[in-house]
Amino acid sequence: MKKGTLGWTIVLLVILGGIPINAQQKNIILATTTSTQDSGLLDVLIPIFEKQTGYFVKTITVGSGQAMAMGQKGEADVLLVHSPDAEKKFVADGYGIHRRLVMHNDYIVVGPAEDPAKIKGMKSTPTVFKKIASAGSLFLSRGDNSGTHSKEKAIWKASGINPEDQKWYQQTGLGMGQTLNVSSEKNGYTLADRGTYLALKKNLSLDILMEGDAILLNIYHVIEVNPSKWPKVNAAGAKAFADFMVSKEAQEVIKTFGVDKFGSPLFFPDAGRKEGDLGK
Amino acid sequence: MDLILEGIKKAFLLLITLDPEVMGITLLSLEVSGTATLISLLIGISTGTAVALSEFPGRKILVSLINTGMGLPPVVVGLFVTIFLWRNGPLGFLEVLYTPTAMIIAQAIIATPIVMGISLAAIQALPKNLRLQILALGATRLQMVWILIKEAKLPLLAGVMAGFGGVISEVGASIMVGGNIRGYSRVLTTATVMETSRGNFDIAIALGIILLLMAYFINLVLTQIQQRERPR
Amino acid sequence: MNGSQSILEAKDLQVTKAGALVLDIPALTVEGREILSLIGPNGAGKTTLLQTLACLIKPSRGEFFFKGQKVSSNHSFLEYRRRVAMVFQEPLLFDTTVFENVGSGLRIRGMKGPQIREIVNENLERFGILHLFHRSARKISGGEAQRVALARAFATRPEVLLLDEPFSSLDPPTRESLLVDLESILRETKTTTLVATHDRMEALRLSDRIAMMNKGRILQVGPPAEVMNQPLDEFVASFVGVETILPGQVIKKDEGSFVASIMGQEVEAVGEVELGESVVFCIRPENVTLAVHHSKESSSARNVFPGRIVKIIPLGLYHKVQLDCGFPLVSYITGHSLENLSLREGKEVFASFKATSIHVVRRSLRQRLS
Repeated sequence: MKKGTLGWTIVLLVILGGIPINAQQKNIILATTTSTQDSGLLDVLIPIFEKQTGYFVKTITVGSGQAMAMGQKGEADVLLVHSPDAEKKFVADGYGIHRRLVMHNDYIVVGPAEDPAKIKGMKSTPTVFKKIASAGSLFLSRGDNSGTHSKEKAIWKASGINPEDQKWYQQTGLGMGQTLNVSSEKNGYTLADRGTYLALKKNLSLDILMEGDAILLNIYHVIEVNPSKWPKVNAAGAKAFADFMVSKEAQEVIKTFGVDKFGSPLFFPDAGRKEGDLGK
Repeated sequence: MDLILEGIKKAFLLLITLDPEVMGITLLSLEVSGTATLISLLIGISTGTAVALSEFPGRKILVSLINTGMGLPPVVVGLFVTIFLWRNGPLGFLEVLYTPTAMIIAQAIIATPIVMGISLAAIQALPKNLRLQILALGATRLQMVWILIKEAKLPLLAGVMAGFGGVISEVGASIMVGGNIRGYSRVLTTATVMETSRGNFDIAIALGIILLLMAYFINLVLTQIQQRERPR
Repeated sequence: MNGSQSILEAKDLQVTKAGALVLDIPALTVEGREILSLIGPNGAGKTTLLQTLACLIKPSRGEFFFKGQKVSSNHSFLEYRRRVAMVFQEPLLFDTTVFENVGSGLRIRGMKGPQIREIVNENLERFGILHLFHRSARKISGGEAQRVALARAFATRPEVLLLDEPFSSLDPPTRESLLVDLESILRETKTTTLVATHDRMEALRLSDRIAMMNKGRILQVGPPAEVMNQPLDEFVASFVGVETILPGQVIKKDEGSFVASIMGQEVEAVGEVELGESVVFCIRPENVTLAVHHSKESSSARNVFPGRIVKIIPLGLYHKVQLDCGFPLVSYITGHSLENLSLREGKEVFASFKATSIHVVRRSLRQRLS
């Protein structure tokens, strides 16, 4: 059928025509998390990097779990994630190299102002969780293997409680912003990163009920995907991006990001420091 | 309620001031879905017509496959296209993952069966002897197919509008294969999802309204063509 | 004057559909300028034959020739299809104006605007639909639509015209008016035509020859009078009907009545005709009375003819008597009358029928074939 051949020719032309003329070397695939993206920090940092180096950064926003899965398959060049235990395994298994500390912010426990489980003023997060469990108060979890979700699971583990299948424990499978909205609607408790909370605060009817505990630190590392495992990885680009993230310039941006909008910075730059020193 | 009003206000503002980011997103939506619809139109109408006019063993099976394809879940298409376009996947060498091209491919795969299935039915609905009458008037096979397509203009354009509607509103596959990259592969639907998850409901509603307006105007044009009485 | 050559010739033409043989024509010839009717019951193969001769169906066996040239390869198929035209039972018009429809065949051949306009107008006028040229094809009546379909076919100036029951979807008055117009147009353009119909009277009026078909075969072919008066078998007989068909020419005309010459005999009938016109008389056998003696005063019938009984066929309640009065004639007689008149084959009798009992069919002044 003549018309069919014509159709196929056009399809082929469109596809081939759409292939970027710039060689693969100019593209960097950065896998990062929704909370990082949603904070808006990357919208400031990445243009600076691109202008300086001429690279084109493709920011793929997924959960920490999926980001590392992409790294394992060589489908990303560099990761910016905040799930330390999983990261350590990632590097130990040989998938990642040059894991470097970039910044941190912290998690907070938020909930309805009435605080039905009476957790305000408590000092230990695992104990707070235990109290919420025993009170049977509604708790919303992201349930999506994100960094936030991993942190939450670690706290439950430390508290000795298994919240799975409990009636008061609901998993949204959604991003941080949406999970906060659901919590606000349903008057439930949730674990959130401070940045996202501050950004959405005006639309939420949730108060900060627990903060400052060391376990609530949310630590971000940049990891380059190991090119020896996956030769197609843009190693040079990944290194350039990672170097940038820990550079003085980027760290300055991170230090002041969010101050004019929310009164306090959303992140704290930590390049060069040791993980154990944080929070002090 | 006032959230929606906020959204309408925001939409108005963004449009009046020709906000560059929103304009860029809107244009990209049009480009990507428009190209995908064009591809689906060419492949869908030609193949649908060919199958409608032919007889061969196993034809019924092919037709049911096409009809099933009309209901193909876009997210599943997105998943499969992603797997194929991965660097280490069979088509990785094309290097089109996380580009608008990949979105066009995914959307074309979603829209083509829709247009194909409807074209098939449209051509089959024409009077049985019309094909013979056209040949009897001295038409070549190609001329005959073209005339049949013109005669089935009404349902065929409905099929194109269905295909377009399916992809302009598509979000799952578009995010997966496009990456929702700012200024590059972000379209109205994917931007709406992102703004919603960030909690920026007014912007999300505004984007939604712009999407609806755009879809309406495009379909207005297509409907005009479809319903126009042949003058002269 | 035999100035024509065979335009179409089919040899061993066979068409199979789903394993069954639906058309089986060992031989068929169509002369130039002839109008050949195909009659027969539904499923007789008339449509199949027409579509095969239009090159729309591929025969499973056999071949056919157009003006001596065999129609075979793909190229000659298209060329051939552009020299013949076919009209179907339904008008099958395109969703556009009447003008565009009539010009569609010309547009397909790549003709240009001004030329098309001229030919289209000519044919619109020919079929009396010039006033409809700008109308949408969806908004005209059934009769008008069929006229458009015919005009569309004629616009391509076909050398052979194939019509598949073109009037059967119309109501009688529309059918009549269209038949009259078509008749005169065919006469004027001298187009070789094959018409499929299951209306005997239509076939009678239009054709030079009738081919009777059944189960994919041609049972009998010949001039209407021959096929209808001398059916080769009972099946044909039952289809063509019982009337005696007598073609003739009007030689005398009077107030409301006229005399036609039929095979040398003068027969009087009632009707409005022109002198010299071709007519066909149809006489029902029950209207033919037989007598052994003839007295001018004893009956009001004007048509009394001496003749000889050729055959008597008993048909239960009555007998069918075939006569030769210089022209063939059939009469029905009761067994009672048969006995009373001592009728037997070979006997000389007088056959009479009223002038008013003749069904007159007017035929156009057409070039008679030898």
